[in-house]
Amino acid sequence: MKIDIKHVAKLANLKLNPDEEKKFEKQLSDILNYIDKLNEVDTKNVEPTAQVTGLVNVGRTDDQTQPCLNAQEALKNAKSQHNGLFKVKAILEKE
Amino acid sequence: MNIEELTIEKVLDGYRNKKFSITEIIQVYFERIKKYNPQINSFITLCEEEALQEAKRKDELLKNEGVSLPLFGIPMGLKDLFSTKDIKTTASSEVLEDYTPPYDSTVVQRLKDAGAIILGKLNCDAWAHGSSGENSDFGPTKNPWNKEYVPGGSSSGSAASVAASFVLAATGTDTGGSIRLPASFTNTVGLKPTYGRVSRYGVIAMASSLDSIGHFTKTVRDNALILNITAGNDMFDATTSQNPVPNYLENLNKGIKGLKIGIPKEYTTKEKGMELDVLLTFENAIKKLNKLGAEIIEISLPHTEYSIACYYIIQPSEVSSNLARYDGIRFGNDRSYFGDEAKRRIMLGTYTLSAGYYDAYYKKAMQARTLIKQNFDKVFDASNGVDAIIAPVSPTLPWKLGEKVNDPLKMYLSDVFTVTANLAGIPGLSVPAGFAKELPVGIQILGPHFSEELLFRIGFAFEQETEFYKSNPKL
Repeated sequence: MKIDIKHVAKLANLKLNPDEEKKFEKQLSDILNYIDKLNEVDTKNVEPTAQVTGLVNVGRTDDQTQPCLNAQEALKNAKSQHNGLFKVKAILEKE
Repeated sequence: MNIEELTIEKVLDGYRNKKFSITEIIQVYFERIKKYNPQINSFITLCEEEALQEAKRKDELLKNEGVSLPLFGIPMGLKDLFSTKDIKTTASSEVLEDYTPPYDSTVVQRLKDAGAIILGKLNCDAWAHGSSGENSDFGPTKNPWNKEYVPGGSSSGSAASVAASFVLAATGTDTGGSIRLPASFTNTVGLKPTYGRVSRYGVIAMASSLDSIGHFTKTVRDNALILNITAGNDMFDATTSQNPVPNYLENLNKGIKGLKIGIPKEYTTKEKGMELDVLLTFENAIKKLNKLGAEIIEISLPHTEYSIACYYIIQPSEVSSNLARYDGIRFGNDRSYFGDEAKRRIMLGTYTLSAGYYDAYYKKAMQARTLIKQNFDKVFDASNGVDAIIAPVSPTLPWKLGEKVNDPLKMYLSDVFTVTANLAGIPGLSVPAGFAKELPVGIQILGPHFSEELLFRIGFAFEQETEFYKSNPKL
């Protein structure tokens, strides 16, 4: 199994240098080869398990507003802010 | 007072009988931490000023009301994955090196409400990714029993701190063995509760369908005492159970006569890198349990051999999703600060969840997870199954620092006996089972969902018989 490391890094929003690309490509391919072992297991008609203790339809009993963080507390850890808001880089390019 | 012999029970008795004050106890622990922690590196943040202030406040309460709370004045450490209001919480990663949460996680809130005093935040593998503690961005934690060896991970600092008598108890998280493995490497008692028994709210998430919130202590009794505080439904974590929380101390003394204990043959094979020392220690433990009146029965968990493959699809998939939020905008640094192991897991999970691969990987793994869970359901069957299972925790003794760092797959395989409990959602208690080559070896006791009370009962009987908790490392 060969992994397209550049494509995966882009999807994961990670920047890799050429040395890292080479190293991770090999390491991830080794791991993927190992997990291919799972193909030996017959899972035909087996239901997938996502919630292991069998809880279903969990809802809030009291859907009421409660005190929460104020703007100052919420912004406390933000390195870049403007007028009491998080400041981010432009996402859309100009036409 | 010999600090190494202290347990929660003994300290509470000491407060009651005015043998020492809370301030004295907290000071003694900080002295010890400052003297020995530089060699062990189990703390990332010390909260000395806050802890001493709290001790002073509690000493006043002690005078007026006596010991009024179950963890009154008990010094504890927290894995640095647990959000603490106004105390830096890093997940041992440079991404969060300067992050200070504006709120406490539910477990931290409950421990504080029960009277615990937080001495500091503990080192771990960054984001809880690892089996050795070496993936921390703030340097590896050393095993107090031999500083050339790893203490096990990912809750490395928690295990090492309890073993080194820096704290009386420490919190941890177990997604694939991160409490049980370091407990077994350090002669401490480590509990991975049933999935959803303890709230995950405010604990930095690794793999949300597997993460269990537990803790380390020196003795089984202390361990049960902490679960009395942390267990229970939490409206901030919808996966916590509504099941009532028993008093875990109540049936501790009942003994294990007549209990049926299963030994999974897949966990005792001499193949797959199982070390003879581990196997011999395990066989001794079986003899002890048999002597105490348990019936020992060989059982089979046939899908064990696929558990690591299953786990290394589900876990990185969920990791990639959980770590997507760290973009450096609202808090912390940007994604270039992730270390190698986080990058590996993010990319592995991104790949297995990417378009066209979901069915072949994540769905397939969730189906295999059903089979692994059914293996346990069958052996725990109420009419003709066993009450509990015992198994080795790790196929090997603690290894030397650096030995596995360049081979991620080899590191992953050290969790071969622990990931199954996370996949099945069942509880596991790791208890000391002796020493080989002067390094600690533990065994794990596994049971059906919400059987923690039974696990403590078995662990307690074993501990009373063996008394390994009385051994302490020479620092």
